[in-house]
Amino acid sequence: MTSTGYTPAAPDLRRRGIRLGDVLFRGVSLAAALAAAALLGLITWKVIDLAWPAMDAFGLSFVWTEAWDPVKDLYGGLAFIYGTVMTSLIALVLATPLSIAIALFLTEIAPRRLAAPIATMVELLAAIPSVVLGLWGILVFGPWVRDHLEPWLQGAFGFLPIFSGQPSQVGLLPAALVLTIMIIPITSAICRELFVRVPKDLVDGSMALGSTRWEAIRKVLLPYAAPGIAAAILLGLGRAFGEAIAVTQVIGNGNVIPSSWFEPADTLGSRIAAQYQGATSVLQAGSILYLAAILMVISLVTNVVAQLVVARFEKVRRAY
Amino acid sequence: MATAGSADERYDITRRSSGLGRRRLTEQAFAALGVASAVVAVGILGLVLGTVLYKGFSQLSLSFFTKPRPLFGESGGIADALVGSALIVGMCMAMAIPFAVLVAVYMSEYAGPRFSRILRVVLDILNGVPAIVVGIFVFGLLVVGRGQSAIFGALSLAVLMLPMVARATQEVLEVIPRSLREASLALGVTRWRTTVSIVLPSAIGGILTGVVIAVARVAGETAPLLFTSSIAANQISGDVTNALPTLPVAIFAFSESPDPGEQAAGWAAALVLIGFVLVMNILAKVFAANRRKRLEGA
Repeated sequence: MTSTGYTPAAPDLRRRGIRLGDVLFRGVSLAAALAAAALLGLITWKVIDLAWPAMDAFGLSFVWTEAWDPVKDLYGGLAFIYGTVMTSLIALVLATPLSIAIALFLTEIAPRRLAAPIATMVELLAAIPSVVLGLWGILVFGPWVRDHLEPWLQGAFGFLPIFSGQPSQVGLLPAALVLTIMIIPITSAICRELFVRVPKDLVDGSMALGSTRWEAIRKVLLPYAAPGIAAAILLGLGRAFGEAIAVTQVIGNGNVIPSSWFEPADTLGSRIAAQYQGATSVLQAGSILYLAAILMVISLVTNVVAQLVVARFEKVRRAY
Repeated sequence: MATAGSADERYDITRRSSGLGRRRLTEQAFAALGVASAVVAVGILGLVLGTVLYKGFSQLSLSFFTKPRPLFGESGGIADALVGSALIVGMCMAMAIPFAVLVAVYMSEYAGPRFSRILRVVLDILNGVPAIVVGIFVFGLLVVGRGQSAIFGALSLAVLMLPMVARATQEVLEVIPRSLREASLALGVTRWRTTVSIVLPSAIGGILTGVVIAVARVAGETAPLLFTSSIAANQISGDVTNALPTLPVAIFAFSESPDPGEQAAGWAAALVLIGFVLVMNILAKVFAANRRKRLEGA
């Protein structure tokens, strides 16, 4: 190969050693990447495997059966699915307009010097561990809801069945409100990032044509960011679905679908957390895992849909 | 411009356009609503932090940090939970960080765009798996038959930490300029040496930011520990093969207690945990600011 006179033998040897390093490093990092993917599969498989006794015994009817009776060894998930969906939906309805308004305030209204510290504070709200929020929820917020908010709701909207019954410091409503507090920072942080990335020319152009700031936001900025907002809401929803600890502290762990929002209820995550000290039968253990499997499917679907929305949004944005 | 006559009226900029009053009102209502929302968000934060500070601070003393939790009524502290939390989070970091960085390296340095995208989706889905499900997964996989242990607790936290750190690292690696890698490769440095000596060191600030945020998250995580390391004696112990008491689980137990003394201890423990989380978040901000400054200086 060479005719220049120097012997390539020694460099060749070294090069082989170097090659080995490259191959090894690539192999190890590939193994790590594959292991991460395998982990997701392992979690799915193990949860289904452990839930199998209950899946076998109750079949799909578990999903629409309202029962949790360790004496008769009869279980169903409907009450917990209802609790999860209901608390999360209430949280979503309350948190979404508030989050969008916060994000608009931070990007469009507030002067920069004010916006930066407030954005940091909203981020810190997201950093509060859920167990601390639950502690606050059960010892401070719950009693306040019982003594002030619920009597007021009853006075104003008492004709609605959801606001009937005895005000209580634990129940569906306090749990939904704690979840609202948990998801506001998530959705508002994502919305803020979205609004910052909307091209300034669009809003400026609209205002130059004579629209007010609000009109520019409603007719230009919000439609432009709409898919992203949808994804932000879905990610917040995913968090609300999966939260177990703060909810289990304030929801009261009821076994049935409550008729009023003041009554105790339970969510999938909260029921699983409440049973950590052990199940009394194989079927009960399986049923808890069945709940975990349902929870996993719900959060998976929410997350994947959010991803798809983001991916589409990115594609549309790139087309501009 | 507006001389006279109705024909020119619609070009008259001094004339108030129709409904301007209403539009102005909407505008003001919008601004007021925006301000009100921000006040509500900051107010909630202030309320939670204020309560924790107010109720927890009076309980803090040296013995609160040095003594283990009492069995009955006597005064005690949370030293056992602090030691347990430190050990479990430390083990979790040792398991998750190298793993996560390797995954990120593979994604940004070796994988094709297609496989890289698939891995990104997998990590995001893994990130979306609820903590309680991760807890019961580790419980079913390892704890059943062997009993609880701090190692299993650390492992369940590592499962939560892996996608967070991997995604953060991968995003930082992606913005490291190509020219840096090319310069190194052109000098005859091999791919893996380039990654280890050039790419990773220049990304260290961003990686640290991601790690610190992830540590703050998992340190406050309760759900996985309930299943893996919750049934423990209230004593300072370094035996990681058994369940160890931890700060979040202690707060959880305190919050469910009817005893006002235990509730007070719960507030103090919450103050310590929040303090740690806030310090970590400020640290992350400092790392991020340093990095930005360096990038701007370069």
